[in-house]
Amino acid sequence: MKEFSYIIKDELGIHARPAGLLVKKASSFQSNITIMKDSKKADSRKIFSLMSLGAKQGDTITIQISGEDEDEAFTAVSEFIKENL
Amino acid sequence: MQKYNGKSVFGGIAIGKTLIFRKNENQVRRKHITNTEAEILRVDEAREKAKEELQELYEKAVIEVGEQNAMIFEVHQMMLDDQDYVDSVIHMIKTEEINAEFAVASAGDNFAEMFASMDDEYMKERAADVKDISNRLIKILQGNSDSGIQSEVPYILVADDLAPSETLQLDKSKVLAFVTRKGSTNSHTAILARMMNIPALIGVNYDESCDGKDAIVDGYEGALVIEPTIEILDSMKEKQQEDHYKKKLQLELKGKDNVTLDGKRIDIYANIGSVSDVAAVLQNDAGGIGLFRSEFLYLEKHTFPTEEEQFQTYKAVLENMAGKKVIIRTLDIGADKQVDYFGLEKEENPAMGYRAIRICLNQPDIFRTQLRAIYRASVYGTVAIMYPMIISVDEVKQIKEIVQSIKDELTSQGIPFHDVEQGVMIETPAAVMISDLLAEEVDFFSIGTNDLTQYTLAIDRQNPKLDPIYNAHHPAVLRMIRMVVENGHKGGCWVGICGELGADTTLIEEFINMGLDEVSVSPNLVLSVRDKVRNTNLSDPTFHSKKSREVY
Repeated sequence: MKEFSYIIKDELGIHARPAGLLVKKASSFQSNITIMKDSKKADSRKIFSLMSLGAKQGDTITIQISGEDEDEAFTAVSEFIKENL
Repeated sequence: MQKYNGKSVFGGIAIGKTLIFRKNENQVRRKHITNTEAEILRVDEAREKAKEELQELYEKAVIEVGEQNAMIFEVHQMMLDDQDYVDSVIHMIKTEEINAEFAVASAGDNFAEMFASMDDEYMKERAADVKDISNRLIKILQGNSDSGIQSEVPYILVADDLAPSETLQLDKSKVLAFVTRKGSTNSHTAILARMMNIPALIGVNYDESCDGKDAIVDGYEGALVIEPTIEILDSMKEKQQEDHYKKKLQLELKGKDNVTLDGKRIDIYANIGSVSDVAAVLQNDAGGIGLFRSEFLYLEKHTFPTEEEQFQTYKAVLENMAGKKVIIRTLDIGADKQVDYFGLEKEENPAMGYRAIRICLNQPDIFRTQLRAIYRASVYGTVAIMYPMIISVDEVKQIKEIVQSIKDELTSQGIPFHDVEQGVMIETPAAVMISDLLAEEVDFFSIGTNDLTQYTLAIDRQNPKLDPIYNAHHPAVLRMIRMVVENGHKGGCWVGICGELGADTTLIEEFINMGLDEVSVSPNLVLSVRDKVRNTNLSDPTFHSKKSREVY
């Protein structure tokens, strides 16, 4: 399993647009990709779940990736998050 | 007449008839079903159909409002695929044996409720998206197609609230303004209004009886006026026209060249009197600053501004202008601009008195401080200096000596500076008459038409009694301008105008015809001058007017 943390820079946090893009990105991998904020967990393949984290600018999120292609998924998802959030 | 107040989310004036948009509330009834598999299949089919519709909407929106704003329809498609949402619908159908419509409506309400309860304004708004996708599914399940507003004439759209897909399905060419009871500054309607450049109000608690009536939407005051009086209507029409013109200029002319129909070019710069004016310069897309009146640095103070204070100010302006030319006019105190700490004596005739360069050459300490500050700031952009009230070649030679000594001083102190273009203001008839000689000494001329007119016509600008005979278009003045342009060009100088005449759109074609290189005007006039330039055709035979003949 791979894990990393990130502080959200985007003004609106995980809003509809990046959530939608993240769903697309995450769905292209076999691995399970989970985003956590405080005690809340979200499956990154589910847009409502991601949005309901209510992750805002300045919040720390933790991303857990586990599965066969976790290395590729880690690179792609961490790049995506840095760029879009 | 009735007036409703709300919050404006985008300015502008709209005049037209109202049209109240009422949603076809989907009447969803709970029904008991036995074949749950068939019901689940109906949901799957409806989702596929909905995604197709959304794809079409997305493609339409990309063209109309751009990819960024169209993204919402792609997000809607993803929402329809959300596993939690779909599972919730299927679960209800299976366990409660209910019809697909009711299951979708219930799931929609639950998810919308979840967003509505979040402590974030943006997320609260997303409840509308969830309702929007659920309603779309229900409509399809019920066999209803989308029914947008149909109207042949333009209208002011009044609604309780508008879903993103409802706004996108509108025929935009018919919508004059949006007025909603709900909604927020983050709502799609607000975003769309900004994109479409039409006024939009939210939080307007209108009465249903206003449907179809004549109305005004004032996006500046945040008001909806139903059945306005003739007086109000007329004044609003006037306001609307000004507005249209300004918006048109902003939209059409920003980033465009200042070039006539027959390909002649002129630079349009802006005049500023303080650092805060720079915002307006950039907003109105001026090519540079053609006149930076440095007096304000002195007028705002009780003692002479230090070199450091001046340096910081020039540096700030140059940095903001990001490489565009900034022409600083050195201190022009005296005449109508008096500062106590200069200790100037009261004069009989201050316009012709101890002022501007005359002070600077007589009290070189003041002058040197300013020049040092400008040269030190020169590394932060493109700066040029011009000297006011010049009457002789000798003055220019004295200035050049001082400038040289400043440069030597900076070099010896290891302080960096760039080359700075040197120019003189042409605002005395004397300077006009010797402009051929002055051109050999400097890089550019800037004609100060206000003073040049008063000195040429011997009319005191401050005396209102003389206004009727103060003719800014006097052929004597125009001939002088022509002469300065010709002499300047012969001596390798570029020539501009920084007085009020530069913004006179009735003369701009004449100036271009003379070969003038630049005009510098108030920031808010830059685009109207550009508009005039772009509609001018010097090869048009009707151009050679009477005025033209007087000039030559």
